[in-house]
Amino acid sequence: MSSEDQNSQEILDFASQVGASGPVTVVGGRTQWQVGGLPDPGAREVVAPSGVWSHQPEEMTVRCGAGTTLKELSEQLAKHGQMVPLDMDPTATVGGVLAVGRSGIRRLKYGHVRDLVLQIRHVDHEGKVVTSGGPTVKNVSGYDLCRLLVGSLGKFGCMAEVILRCLPVPQTTRWLSGPADPFEVYSKLYRPSSILWNGEQVWVCVEGVSSDVDAEAGLLDLEEVEGPPDLPTGRRVAVEPKSLKDLVPDGRSWVAEIGVGIVHTNDADTGWRVPEPNYSLMLDLEHRLDPTGRLNPGRQVVEA
Amino acid sequence: MQISTDTKLFDDLSAVLGSRARSGDFELGLYGKDGSVLEGQPAIVCLPVDTEEVRQVVRICHDHGRPFLARGSGTGLAGGAVPVGDPVIIATAKMNKILDVDLDNRVAWVEPGVLNLDLSKELSPLGFHFAPDPSSQQVCSIGGNVANNSGGPHCLAYGVTSAHVVAIEVVLPDGSVTVLGDLTAEPHGYDLRGIFVGSEGTMGVATKVAVRLTPNPPSVRTLLLDFADVRDGAATVSAIIAAGLIPAALEMMDKRAIEIVEAFVNAGYPTEADAVLLVELDGLPGGVEHGVEVIREVAARHEVGNIRVAVDNEERELLWKGRKNAFGAVARIKPDYYLHDTVVPRGKLVEVLEKVYNIADAYDLIAVNVFHAGDGNLHPILAYDSNEQGVMERVHAAGRAIVTASIEAGGVLSGEHGIGLEKRDYMGMLFSSHDMATQDLIREAFDPQGLANPLKVLPSGSRCSDSFRQHVPEGAWV
Repeated sequence: MSSEDQNSQEILDFASQVGASGPVTVVGGRTQWQVGGLPDPGAREVVAPSGVWSHQPEEMTVRCGAGTTLKELSEQLAKHGQMVPLDMDPTATVGGVLAVGRSGIRRLKYGHVRDLVLQIRHVDHEGKVVTSGGPTVKNVSGYDLCRLLVGSLGKFGCMAEVILRCLPVPQTTRWLSGPADPFEVYSKLYRPSSILWNGEQVWVCVEGVSSDVDAEAGLLDLEEVEGPPDLPTGRRVAVEPKSLKDLVPDGRSWVAEIGVGIVHTNDADTGWRVPEPNYSLMLDLEHRLDPTGRLNPGRQVVEA
Repeated sequence: MQISTDTKLFDDLSAVLGSRARSGDFELGLYGKDGSVLEGQPAIVCLPVDTEEVRQVVRICHDHGRPFLARGSGTGLAGGAVPVGDPVIIATAKMNKILDVDLDNRVAWVEPGVLNLDLSKELSPLGFHFAPDPSSQQVCSIGGNVANNSGGPHCLAYGVTSAHVVAIEVVLPDGSVTVLGDLTAEPHGYDLRGIFVGSEGTMGVATKVAVRLTPNPPSVRTLLLDFADVRDGAATVSAIIAAGLIPAALEMMDKRAIEIVEAFVNAGYPTEADAVLLVELDGLPGGVEHGVEVIREVAARHEVGNIRVAVDNEERELLWKGRKNAFGAVARIKPDYYLHDTVVPRGKLVEVLEKVYNIADAYDLIAVNVFHAGDGNLHPILAYDSNEQGVMERVHAAGRAIVTASIEAGGVLSGEHGIGLEKRDYMGMLFSSHDMATQDLIREAFDPQGLANPLKVLPSGSRCSDSFRQHVPEGAWV
């Protein structure tokens, strides 16, 4: 049996585990398990196949089981100087990170995790495998279902296999920190990887060839540090990037991603009001793609 | 033509739009075609000026049970804007305002009829641009870019339209207005914005688009590399990427393309070469210069001839002028051309290119290749003269053979032109009937009556396997 056939068999085995009836919930690394609410206790737990099945450095693509941990993925890719900047807990799984759909702290440079996905094979409510997207780095064949699956908490299906776009690991990565106006820092730099701010201190990540990193760092009056600060884990609020200008240092614990608009905080209620999307269309879609609501019941992407 | 019902429909539309609802033979003829070789016939052409007018037009179509088709500049190459099913055309040409440039959010709200290049020109003094840059960017519209999830040479490094659109105001097929996505980093709920981008007008009409502003790079270098053997050129493409470099653009032209382009624009392209690569690097100066060195090393290992580095902006623009006018230049050899669009793994470029030449020979057509080599996006041009007896059958048969060869090499149906009508019945080459039925479920959630640009993208009856099978091309697996 060729390795590809073996992977296909693993996907089919996973599909039969998901099956066509009864509530199921897919388990990844449980690193963001609480997001969207816990699955119903009666739901049967299934685990997606894992393993980096094919890394093609010259194509800058990687095919892996959705159950692969970020640690395993990054170790495999590093052998060829490449990465997929998912930037989450190393014990998290690729499928889990995509299902939750939250980006890491270098989103400012690398974009949303959604834009790193090329193809997804998922198991739908009938226990059938559905392929969307395509294996190449560019593709507009059919509807872009992959975008919809990212951030869907498995409500449309359980991811079995994904193909991701890889990037070269930057020659130099440097974190700098100190007291500075984060918005001024942002306007001075060309596409920095991350700017974090807690109201008093900024942390900046610059990446690239060393001469550029030195030159960019030279524009700022900051000290080199090991890495980013610990982020408050209580809540994560997404606001318009410019709203971060309204944040004031008030002694409470928060860290904001400048230019992106994400605030990590321990406050129960931040007072931010976010736009309300078209919930009725979303619920209609949910119903069409999983009429009996058997996939990851209990979890809610659309708040009732 | 359904005279009596159309009269009532026309009266209802005229009541909203006045003289901007049209049914003259000239307009109907004009809006019957797009950039493809396909042709249809619309019932009525509407030229709304704002969201409210679009909403009313869609509402009227909905009440009459009449299909509608939103249209930007009509530069699409897959027949996505060709009217099928006697639709009302909603042309967005008069919705061409840049509404708000929000530098604090690095976003601009624009109307769908704004032209791609006009937007980047407007943003340029502020130090920003809109990254997707299709070759048709002088005339194609942002609404069309959203519909097709358009690419362009610089999408190699920057990503396609979907990565640059944060929110879209949409008139849904039932005539309601909604906003998909928002300006926050993680909008609540499912990514309806993401599924709408690239849906080719089958899920509603975009009436306002919030696009991401990309900072202009501080440093840019453009290089032209020539090769005595096209295989070396293609191998250089893979080797550049494998060396860990992602150029802003990495374009390839074959011998015939070089000859016709040079005769057309006099950019100083080496007409004796078998292939050229046009490579652009941008970003901070250190990374750019490092990239130039990597390319020199890699190309030297692959028998490169000359490496010409543009010395100034003028020379850079001249080199790009050649690339961006290549399609028009084809008229020098034949009056008509059919432009294909498939993607293959970069490592298969040489293999598939050779197949393209063989296919063209077998069907007695001339193949010219100008394409986005960096992401494996082939654009074979089949040049022909439409006056030749039976030529279109040969053109279509050759096109189908090219698509088949690309899929066999592990590629996909389309990199940036979309599926439209042209490739609708090829979808079964890439997707199972169940895959397509799933896609159709999503389309139905947006458009239960099937009024928005019907019969595009998915083979008709994708949810009914029996009727679907009639449309599956011969030899395709499902």
